[in-house]
Amino acid sequence: MIELKREELLISQLADLLINDKHIAVGAASPIPGAAALLAKEEAKIQNNRLRVTILHSNKYNNFTDGARELFDCAAQGRIDTFFLGGVQIDGEANINLVGTGSYENIQKRFPGSFGSALMYFVVPQIILFREEHSPRTLVNKVDFISAPGFSDENIYRPGGPKFLLTNRALFKFNKQKKRFCLLKIHNNESLENVIKLTGFKFDVDDNLTNMSIPNENRINILRSKISYMVSEFYPEFADRIWGV
Amino acid sequence: MNQFNELSLSEIVDEVKDGDLIGIPADYSGVPMEFTKELIKKGIKDLRLYCLPLTTIQGDMLIGSGCVSQIEAAAVTLGEFGLAPRFSEAVETGKIVIKDSTCPALHAQLQATEKSVPFMPLRGVIGSDIQKYRKDWQVIENPMKSSGNKDEPILLLPAVQLDVLIFHAPCVDKNGNIQIGRRRELATLAHASKNVFVTTEQILDIDLFDDELSAATCLPALYIDGISVVKNGAWPCALPGVYGADNDEIKKYSIAAKTQKGFEDYMKKYLFN
Repeated sequence: MIELKREELLISQLADLLINDKHIAVGAASPIPGAAALLAKEEAKIQNNRLRVTILHSNKYNNFTDGARELFDCAAQGRIDTFFLGGVQIDGEANINLVGTGSYENIQKRFPGSFGSALMYFVVPQIILFREEHSPRTLVNKVDFISAPGFSDENIYRPGGPKFLLTNRALFKFNKQKKRFCLLKIHNNESLENVIKLTGFKFDVDDNLTNMSIPNENRINILRSKISYMVSEFYPEFADRIWGV
Repeated sequence: MNQFNELSLSEIVDEVKDGDLIGIPADYSGVPMEFTKELIKKGIKDLRLYCLPLTTIQGDMLIGSGCVSQIEAAAVTLGEFGLAPRFSEAVETGKIVIKDSTCPALHAQLQATEKSVPFMPLRGVIGSDIQKYRKDWQVIENPMKSSGNKDEPILLLPAVQLDVLIFHAPCVDKNGNIQIGRRRELATLAHASKNVFVTTEQILDIDLFDDELSAATCLPALYIDGISVVKNGAWPCALPGVYGADNDEIKKYSIAAKTQKGFEDYMKKYLFN
């Protein structure tokens, strides 16, 4: 068997977090979450479960007909269980920054912008933060700009929020009460010491800290023989790079 | 005879004035690239871009060409091909004003204009720095007793009316009805714009309203001020359902536009070849 790629391992980690969902939505610039959602859907099908996946940048895997606002209306109505958000920076209280580094009025490095994060983070029950690069510049003590806050005051309408953070080195769970991440799993080639060193914020460590689980052969087969082609419809560059399709 | 105002591309370009607040469709809803090319050639100035909710190569080219003074958007990006280099540079050096927003707010501000009400409430956003820097937004306590928590703070967004909107559509019928399919955000944009012009791949000698299936895919002619047939009018962007994006070309742009010099060399070829 061809060696497992890092991206495939991450897709598999994300798919494990989606098994209880009825409807997963995937936004912009998210090939790995998109692949994970489609993988979860295929696996649910085998179990005779129905899982809906809406991929915004796809025509084929898109359930909406009412224009780009429907994602946000649908999420606000509570009809989406899981959504993925990223960040130029993510801090220890799960605030995310998609705008840039440095002070806002005198920005050093400008990134694309906040997309729909400022609503989706509030209304989707399971937000999975996904940022491949795990370094002190991406996982920071305090973000330079809050595109969407990790938590809100009690009187703010907020049925949703952060549940997990996945990087190419580690999986964290967010504890809403403590406003703090807890490390659950680390990459097989990774040590706890190194993860601590490369994380710009303080976090708890789960008593049962384990390695990221390697996908079984069945899952790898589905991913390579089926999901890869589906992904190539909406992320051709990614599908070509990872699977050569 | 066609029952609508058929214009040349240059006549549409002439309808856009310096300083206009112009509607910019996202990369999935029919980007009018041929129009954009002519607009840049004309040397338009001080455009204020209103992106619903984001822009890619169209916005980046207009910014790099010095046509833009302000942009309101949830994101400017080249998607799989990385950051929008001319946009990032313009913001970092203070060449343009950016009104940072979030997708649902950009929709809601136009929806307020659709309904001709002065503002629209939106949940979320409160506590973000987006809200902190948007002096045109307000937070009030929910005044309604019937729904939500009485003491719930809620964000109000002002109605925004666009001066002009241009987008590219797969086809129009003989009466000037535009096929937009599921890209209903184009209807939101059109309803909220004083003037709307459409470039299209083709004019069909049918009435889309004759059939319930096709009627549901239409933006009615009553919102449209002029139409021009422009083949491959979205290239190198995609026209969903008709042709895909030319990813090689967008990649080429993303590399060239990393520097202003590279951008200018690219644009010379792009505009005049």
